[in-house]
Amino acid sequence: MTGPTRAVALAPGADLAGFRAAVRALVAEGVPPERVAWSVGATSDLFGSAPPAETGPLRLPRAVADLVPMVVPHRDPERYALLFQLIWRVRAGERHLMAVPSDPLVHRLNLMRKAIGRDLHKMHAFLRFRRSEEAGVERFTAWFEPDHHILEAAAPFFVARFRSLTWSILTPDASAHWDGAALRLGPPGRREDLPPGDGFEAGWRDYYESTFNPARTNLKAMRAEMPKKYWRNMPETLAIPALVRGAEAGTRAMIERSPSVPARRDPARAVAAMADQDPASLDELNAIIRRSEPLVPGATQAVLGEGPVGATIAFVGEQPGDQEDRKGRPFVGPAGQLLSRAMQEAGIDRGASYLTNAVKHFKFEERGKRRIHQKPTAGEVSHYRWWLDRELEFVAPRLVVALGATAVLALTGKAVPITRARGPFQFERHHNRFAGFITVHPSYLLRLPDEAKAEAYGAFVGDLRRVAELGRELAG
Amino acid sequence: MDETLAKKLRILADAAKYDASCASSGAPKRSARKGELGSTTGAGICHAYTPDGRCVSLLKILLTNWCLFDCAYCVNRRSSNVRRAKFTVEEVVRLTVEFYKRNYIEGLFLSSGIIKSPDHTMEQMNRVAKSLRRDHGFRGYIHLKTIPEASPWLIEEAGLFADRLSINVELPTEQSLERLAPEKDGASIQGAMAQIGERIVEAKAERRRFAPAGQSTQVIVGADATTDEALIRKSAHLYGSVGLKRVYYSAFSPIPDGAAILPLKSPPLQREHRLYQADWLIRYYEFTPDDVADAADEGMFALDVDPKLAWALKNRARFPVDVNRAEREMLLRVPGLGARAVDRIIQARRHTTLRLDDVARLTSALKRARPFLIAADYTPGGQTDRLDLRARLAEPARQLSLF
Repeated sequence: MTGPTRAVALAPGADLAGFRAAVRALVAEGVPPERVAWSVGATSDLFGSAPPAETGPLRLPRAVADLVPMVVPHRDPERYALLFQLIWRVRAGERHLMAVPSDPLVHRLNLMRKAIGRDLHKMHAFLRFRRSEEAGVERFTAWFEPDHHILEAAAPFFVARFRSLTWSILTPDASAHWDGAALRLGPPGRREDLPPGDGFEAGWRDYYESTFNPARTNLKAMRAEMPKKYWRNMPETLAIPALVRGAEAGTRAMIERSPSVPARRDPARAVAAMADQDPASLDELNAIIRRSEPLVPGATQAVLGEGPVGATIAFVGEQPGDQEDRKGRPFVGPAGQLLSRAMQEAGIDRGASYLTNAVKHFKFEERGKRRIHQKPTAGEVSHYRWWLDRELEFVAPRLVVALGATAVLALTGKAVPITRARGPFQFERHHNRFAGFITVHPSYLLRLPDEAKAEAYGAFVGDLRRVAELGRELAG
Repeated sequence: MDETLAKKLRILADAAKYDASCASSGAPKRSARKGELGSTTGAGICHAYTPDGRCVSLLKILLTNWCLFDCAYCVNRRSSNVRRAKFTVEEVVRLTVEFYKRNYIEGLFLSSGIIKSPDHTMEQMNRVAKSLRRDHGFRGYIHLKTIPEASPWLIEEAGLFADRLSINVELPTEQSLERLAPEKDGASIQGAMAQIGERIVEAKAERRRFAPAGQSTQVIVGADATTDEALIRKSAHLYGSVGLKRVYYSAFSPIPDGAAILPLKSPPLQREHRLYQADWLIRYYEFTPDDVADAADEGMFALDVDPKLAWALKNRARFPVDVNRAEREMLLRVPGLGARAVDRIIQARRHTTLRLDDVARLTSALKRARPFLIAADYTPGGQTDRLDLRARLAEPARQLSLF
C-alpha cells in the first residue's frame, strides 16, 4: 500500500465530531491507517486546506460504535490512530474483532476505555461542591482535575442528580455550568474562583474522622481506591495525617485499657419496653392505623372499623371506596347503603354490629374527575392483615362475616372461591379462631345486570338471615 | 452547621461505624425530576475512603446511641460508658440533604439504639425517611436498619421509603446470642427477615415499590467460637431462605470501653477477608456450601491461600483445565480466573484459539492460574502435582498488625 501520507488535525480535547468526520472521509477515499498522520492542534484542520467530501454515516458494529466515544476523551495521543486501525480492520472483514478481547489492539483499546470509565467514576465520586449565596439564591461550585478530557462526558451525571440546583464545575481544560435548565460549556476555570468552604464542609471532615475505625487501619487499600492525586481537592483528606498518626497508639491504648465498671442501667426496662409497645385497646390500635402510611399512595385517610367492642357479629369487607375515603367511615357508599338495607330486611341491627374492611386505605385509578376503585393485590391484603387480626382480637365477635373474596383472603390467608365456600365457615389465622360465614360483597350485586339483580339480592338477604340466626345461637 | 450539631454528628457517626455495610447499590436507576434532589446509579458510588480502606458511600449514623439493650459486642450497649447523643428527625434530614448537595454522599444509612421502645424507635427512623422523600423530593439512596423487635407494620412501612432494609444477625448461633445479647431473640430476627423477604417478593411481582435494593445482614466474626464453615453455611441458608442480597462479615473490633466478657485484640481482618472470598464463591462461582467446606481445614479457612486456591490444591485431579474446551463451571474453579475473565475467555474462544499470551491479557493473576490450565501452546506439565505448589502460590505472610 503506497501513497502520500494524509495529515489529520483534530481539535484539542475530546473531538468526537471531528474524528467521525475524518473517519468517514478517510474511508470514502480508501486511505488506510498506515497512511494517516493524526495530530491534535488548535484548529480542526482536516486534509490540509481541502474540505472533506460530504459523506454519509458509516455502518459499524454496535460494539465498535459504543467504544469510540469512550476512548476519544483519553489523553493518549495515539487514541485516534488506534481507533481508526480498529475501524479499518472491522470493515476489512474482521466483523467480530471486538468479540476477541485477547487481540492486542482490542486489549489496548479496552484498557483505554477502562481508564476513561474509572476517571469518570472517580470524578462522579470525588468532586466536591462548595456552596455560595448570591442574592438569596444558592449556587454550588466545584474544582476538579480529571486525568482525561471527560468533563462533557461526566456532566450528565451531575445534571441528573442536581437538576434543581445551580452549579458550575471548573477544570483546567474547560468548565461546565448548569442553571437549572440548560448545560453550557465554557473556558478553563481557575481554582481560585472556588468559594470558601462552609460549616457543612467542616462537619463533613468531622464525619470522615469519626467514621474511621483506627483498629482496621489499611493505608494501602485506601490509596488503591483513592490515589493521592485526588486528595488536594477533597476537604476531608486534610484529616488523614493526624488520623494515621493517632491510630496505632489509640488502638493500643484501647486494647490495653481494662474494661471500666459498667454503667448501671436497669436491665428490666428493655424487656418491659418491648412488651409494652403493643396496642392495649382498639383505640390505641386505631391511632396507629390512622397515622400509618397507605401502602399505595393516594388515599385521603385510613378508614377505621366502626361498631361496638364485643359486638356479636363483625362484617369484613374489601377496602374503602370513594365515599368512604372522603367521609372516613366504612360502608357509607352505594354498596354500604345496599348492605344496610339487606341487614335491615334480615333483622340485623347495623348499629349493634361491627363493620370493617380487610384493607384500610382506598386504592383507585383517576379517570378524569372520577376515582375508579382498584382491587387490592394479595400483597396489600397481607400487609393490612396484621391490623385486621388485632382488630378482631379486640372486638372479639362471636361470628365473623366475610363479604367477598378479599375478606376471605384476609381472614384465611388463602384464595377460596366464594361460590363454593358460600355459607358457614371456620376461620383460622395464627391464634385467632372464629366461627365465620362467607357471602358475596354487596358491590357485586351493584355490578350485576338488572334482570339478575333481584334474585342475587334475595340470595344475599337469605345469607344474612342465616347470619342473624347463627349470631343468635352463638350469643345464646 | 453549629457546634452542637457537629458534636452530635461526631458521637453518632463514631457509634455507627462498626456496621460494615455501606453499599449504595441495587436500587433501580432514578434521576431527579424538576424540584427533586438526587439520583441512583445502580452500582453505587464510594465518595471517599478512610484510612481503614473502607468506602464512604452513605452518611452512616445512628439516630441515637442511647440503648435499652445490653449486647456485649456493641459499643452502644446499655452498660457502656460512652458519650451519648440523640439527633432530632429534622437534624438527620438536614445533614443528609446538605451533605448530598455537596456531593459527599449517595444517601443515608440510618440505624439507631433502642429508646423508649422498639416501635417508638422504628417510627422515628421511618419519619426521617418519609421526610426526605416527601418534603425534599429526595431520590438518593436510603438504607434503614430495621429493628426486628418493632411491630410488623412499622417494618413494612420502612420498606415504602427505603431502598434497602437490613437486620443484623450479629451472632450466628442461638447460644452466642443468649450469652452476648441477652435481650435479642434469634426467632424474632429470623421472623422479621422472613417477613421482609416475603414483602419484597410480593412487591416485585405486583410492581410496587418496596425496598427495591433488597435486604442484607451482618455477622460479627471472632466474638464467639463459630467456625468459618458454620458462618458460610449460615449465609448460604440466608441467601436461599429469605433472599438476602448480601451478608456482611465484620471482624470483631476492639471498642472503647469494651465489655469484660469479650476478647480485646486486633480484629481478625484476614479471616474476614477469606470469608468474603468464600461468600463470593457461593454467589458468583457456583460453589456449593459443601465445596466451600472442602476448602477449609477443620472448619477454618487457611490464611495464606484463598479458599478457591485451597479447594483446587485439594482437588488437583480435576486440573489442569483446557481454556479452549472446558465448561464454564470448571473454568470458574481455576484459581486466578475471575468470573469476568472466564466470560471473556468464553467469548474470545468462539473466534480464536487461545494461547497463554492471550490468557495473560484476560486475567491479571496468570501466575496463580498457570499450574491449573492448558492453552493452545502451553501445558503445566507436572506443576499441578508438585508437592511445593502450595508454598509457591501462598501469599507471603501478611503483616496483620496495624501498619
